Amino acid sequence: MSATEEAPALAEGVDTPTPPVKSSTLLSRSLRLWRTRIGLVFVLILVLIAVFGPIIAPHKPADFMGIPNTPPGGGALFGTDYLGQDVWSRFLYGGRSILVMAIVSTAIGVVIGVAIGLVAAYARNALDDILMRLMDVIMAFPQIMLALVAVSLVGPKAWVTIGAIAITTAPRVARVARGAAQPVVERDFIGATEAMGLSRVRILSGEILPNILGPMMVEATLRLTYSIAVIAALAFLGLAPDPNGANWGTMIQQNQGVLATQPWGALLPIIAIAFLTMGTGLIGDGIARTAAGIDRERGDE
Amino acid sequence: MKWFRGGGITGFIIRRLLLGLLVMFLVSVVVFVATQALGDPARAILGRDATPDRLAALRKQLNLDSSVVGQYFHWLGGVLHFDFGSSLAAQEPVGKLLGPRLVNSGILVLCAAVISVPVSIAIGSYAALKREKTFDTVTSNLLLVLASLPEFVVAVLLVILLSTSVFHWLPAISPVPPGHHPWEYPSELVMPVATLVFAVAPYVARIMRASMIEVLESDYVEMARLKGLPERTVLIRHALPNAIGPVFQVIAINLAYLAGGVVVIEYVFNYPGIGSALQDAVLNHDIPVVQALAILIAGVYVLLNLFADVATILVTPRLRTRL
Amino acid sequence: MTTDQLPEQQGATTDGGAAVTVRNLRIETTRGVAVVPDASFEIAPGEVLGVVGESGSGKTTVGLSLLGHARRGLKITGGTVMLGDRDILTMGDSELRRLRGSQVSYVPQDPASSLNPALRIGVQLREVLEAHGQSDNKTNDARIAEMMREVALSDDPAYLRRYPHQLSGGQQQRVGLAMAFANRPRLIILDEPTTGLDVTTQSTVLSTVRDLATSHGVAALYVTHDLAVVAAVATRVAVMYAGRIVELGPADVLFESSGHPYTRRLVGAIPRLTGGRSLVGIPGHAPSPGKRPSGCAFAPRCRLRIDECETAVPDMFQITPDHSSRCIKALEVVDFKQDEYGEPVALPESESDKPVLSIENVVGYYGSTEVLHSINMTLEQGEVLAIVGESGSGKTTTARSIAGLHHDWTGTIRLGDTELAKSARSRSTDVRRQIQYIFQNPYGSLNPRKTIGESVGQPLAVFNIASGKQAETMVGEMLEQVSLSAAYASRYPDQCSGGERQRVAIARALISKPSILICDEITSALDVSVQAAIVELLGNLQRELGLSMVFVTHNLPLVRSIAQKVAVLADGNIVEYGETAGMLANPQQEYTRHLISDTPSLETATGEVPAAALPHDRTSPA
Repeated sequence: MSATEEAPALAEGVDTPTPPVKSSTLLSRSLRLWRTRIGLVFVLILVLIAVFGPIIAPHKPADFMGIPNTPPGGGALFGTDYLGQDVWSRFLYGGRSILVMAIVSTAIGVVIGVAIGLVAAYARNALDDILMRLMDVIMAFPQIMLALVAVSLVGPKAWVTIGAIAITTAPRVARVARGAAQPVVERDFIGATEAMGLSRVRILSGEILPNILGPMMVEATLRLTYSIAVIAALAFLGLAPDPNGANWGTMIQQNQGVLATQPWGALLPIIAIAFLTMGTGLIGDGIARTAAGIDRERGDE
Repeated sequence: MKWFRGGGITGFIIRRLLLGLLVMFLVSVVVFVATQALGDPARAILGRDATPDRLAALRKQLNLDSSVVGQYFHWLGGVLHFDFGSSLAAQEPVGKLLGPRLVNSGILVLCAAVISVPVSIAIGSYAALKREKTFDTVTSNLLLVLASLPEFVVAVLLVILLSTSVFHWLPAISPVPPGHHPWEYPSELVMPVATLVFAVAPYVARIMRASMIEVLESDYVEMARLKGLPERTVLIRHALPNAIGPVFQVIAINLAYLAGGVVVIEYVFNYPGIGSALQDAVLNHDIPVVQALAILIAGVYVLLNLFADVATILVTPRLRTRL
Repeated sequence: MTTDQLPEQQGATTDGGAAVTVRNLRIETTRGVAVVPDASFEIAPGEVLGVVGESGSGKTTVGLSLLGHARRGLKITGGTVMLGDRDILTMGDSELRRLRGSQVSYVPQDPASSLNPALRIGVQLREVLEAHGQSDNKTNDARIAEMMREVALSDDPAYLRRYPHQLSGGQQQRVGLAMAFANRPRLIILDEPTTGLDVTTQSTVLSTVRDLATSHGVAALYVTHDLAVVAAVATRVAVMYAGRIVELGPADVLFESSGHPYTRRLVGAIPRLTGGRSLVGIPGHAPSPGKRPSGCAFAPRCRLRIDECETAVPDMFQITPDHSSRCIKALEVVDFKQDEYGEPVALPESESDKPVLSIENVVGYYGSTEVLHSINMTLEQGEVLAIVGESGSGKTTTARSIAGLHHDWTGTIRLGDTELAKSARSRSTDVRRQIQYIFQNPYGSLNPRKTIGESVGQPLAVFNIASGKQAETMVGEMLEQVSLSAAYASRYPDQCSGGERQRVAIARALISKPSILICDEITSALDVSVQAAIVELLGNLQRELGLSMVFVTHNLPLVRSIAQKVAVLADGNIVEYGETAGMLANPQQEYTRHLISDTPSLETATGEVPAAALPHDRTSPA
């Protein structure tokens, strides 16, 4: 492979930590793997459905279309649900809120988590201990439980769900960010900038952060996978912002009881969620494998 | 814990316990502040059109008349005696309400753990040995897909496959009647346990594979082979003990995750455990039950992490002898 | 067994008496690129053959093939390795397993990572006996105790119950030796077993290897990058370059009248304990597998190159029956005087008597542990002060305290008349600009995500010296000054070799025109030829720019080539402090004398210095 040609002869017996590769290179390299491509196709299709679905949907999601639980055919492509609403239209409407909430909450959580992880890793003192103990406290609550409790106290509003997921995402990201940053902090180029007197903020953002972007991209896709799952699960438990709205999680709950007569009402959203999370999972694994592969190539003597 | 060392393994466990207690104390503050100190729980419970009489009565029942700090210590005093107050919905002590459900969920999680941990360690190790061969490729792709799927999706798919649309082998729901035990209905346990196994095993197997590969490439495994040791000795004596250390943490995190994951799965299967109790309590604004469950689940997390740390120390002489 | 140690008796090329004979060994990557295209040599019983080469030369790969082993990604594709009348390369798995650890054994490079951290050393010693059929516990106990005594370790059962991390590096390596000799093998492969050990430990490990090989009649292959170590341990030497053996012959012949230009230059690049000589490096670096030229691989770096060198790989040329060289000009080279040591260097006398840097009563701490005890030293204008010590002596802590990277110290450090604050952050911008620091590991000291230009230009921005076009020009000029081209500015660190990176680090340190340069073991991660080139460059720059320099190193001979003054540190104390030439010739302290005598050097091997001239002699060969 081409990367071996760039690799210089490394001194034997010397600890040579692998230089992390640029994040753009990592992304384009990871697209050489089939799993990343497949994952990307899954995600793209579902994002397109979520974004443009409401535009192409034949009916409004809450329109009464006919007798409840009719099989596919006639006026409704995939039949009607337990309230006589059009399954296909509800499906096309049902992805947007899940996707938007998942992306927003993950982004907030990742940004906060990376910041905390970087500060903790660079502090190397009591601040590190305190921050990490606080993260432990939040991590003691499973994501779904904290989200449930928050929703029960304040109500099933979108911002509550987003906030709960961001808060529970942050400590998990912080732990990974701290772990990735620790070896970077120990490296001499950080010492070189300290000797120059570069400010702490510049060292964190300009020197350390670019070196942990690879593992952070992997972590972000993993967290997005979890966020989608938790948000869909909340809707499935009947705690979506709009309890009767078109939402894949809600649809599964509402149609679960009639699987035998009208399978599409539950199956379509199940397939959608499954492919969405599989897609993000495959992309994350593709990036992780690419990063590891680069490590291995560079590790060749 | 730079501030205190020494005391060997017992000292370590004591320090770790103290740290766990500190985390639990903070957890209790968070739970209390979130559920009781912010806003007016009485109004949240009774809704907007509650009569002043009923509000006053509820405030008295929840001990909302004293100061916030006073309320907290009153509440904490109860918690320390396993007295979480009375359920508002069921009008009976929270302990009595949750006891049987705790047993039910415990059975579920225990079965899932007993099955998933050895199976995933075996799969991960074997995949590492057969690295990049067929077994490894197939299992790692399968595990990746399983790891990505939300557990309620797995649960509903299992229901579709095994009890409603395709086959009719197993009951679709698992409603263990009150006064009975789940092991009296083994067929009802199969699908919830299987779902939990699918939720945990992929992660443990993947980390086991990675850890094993790292160990197999280590200098000391190469050295063991160059010493002419039989391959079985190399694997069992040299590779496995070193590979399993990092896996304990992942097992702990995943089992703790199960404690939260049961919420959704118990709902799917209509299984009377703490998960469905939490969901009921949330819908009914049953604050004492919510508080009790939050403390309980957080406690499980802290305890499992404690076990994992101790287990890691025990299998790693380098850490053990430095205590 | 001891009488046939003389080179002329066992350098014979006849296969008859050889313990192992390697013919036409070929090792390729799994993608089919030849890493070792064709290697042939033999080792007699009781003989130590040194295999010397720089990184990537294939020396470890050759060593492991003698155990029938190839690392992941490599495979042995041709040739024979005859151990007696058996070819190791045709053996099946179970036969190989029985061979390894009994007939042929291996001592790894890094004992810390090669001993299983989860098993007690007693268990690891015992299993090598049990794996080869000795199941009687009593006999094994006795054998283990005997082995431990042979490598000068305690045979106390309590000691055997220790875990590897409870042993020092030297002790771990001696456990490795005990393991290797346990089943009294016929052949033993030692893969840089002393890399990373202090000279004192290295010295005892080397003499243990020599004694064990001699007294048990074991053939040994000693792989190393360090010619001085080879001089101390080996009777015959194979020099490897780019996967091929380029010269093979008795050790003393190779050091005095080598028949290959590479060996010549390599010898010239070794720092010397005696006679202040500047080092001459070899420009460029060795080609990696797959990028090797079709002719002689050394030709691009060779001064004697003619067109014929580039047409085909030269054959091994027999200079004498036991000395051969892979050079078409071998006979010409062999007659050269070994003159490429470089000229004796006159180190400039400092002019003013006012120190630019003075260190008074500096006491350093790590937490509550005192690691430096009252350090006093001064640095004059234009002078180079070397701080020498073994690991843990406090030399790096001293250097880091001066640079403000280590904050936990008391005492006074003055730059001219200015008293310095403890941490770099609380010093003025000008002070930070004037004191520049170069780190040990060039792989860690450059941000892998920044281009060379960004890294070198960073001080210009931080110290507000220049920006924009002007900064770009200055970076380009600076890169030229450290013998790189301005085009390097757009590269990333991972596109540079170790030596190139260290030049970049020098450029970054010098671009802000400092008055004091602190070099912390800056060559210890580099190959010998590259080290020489870096020291050569640094010496030139120091004289040209009139820099004052603190040069931290564990390598005593290196000091000779660059510093006027030396401070020897041990356990946080200055043991001896004074002028370089005087101290090396006539050390006053017992510790310094030990340090000098334990340092392997060519002088002791080639008899340039009579062994008797050294205070005590543990390293010179028998």
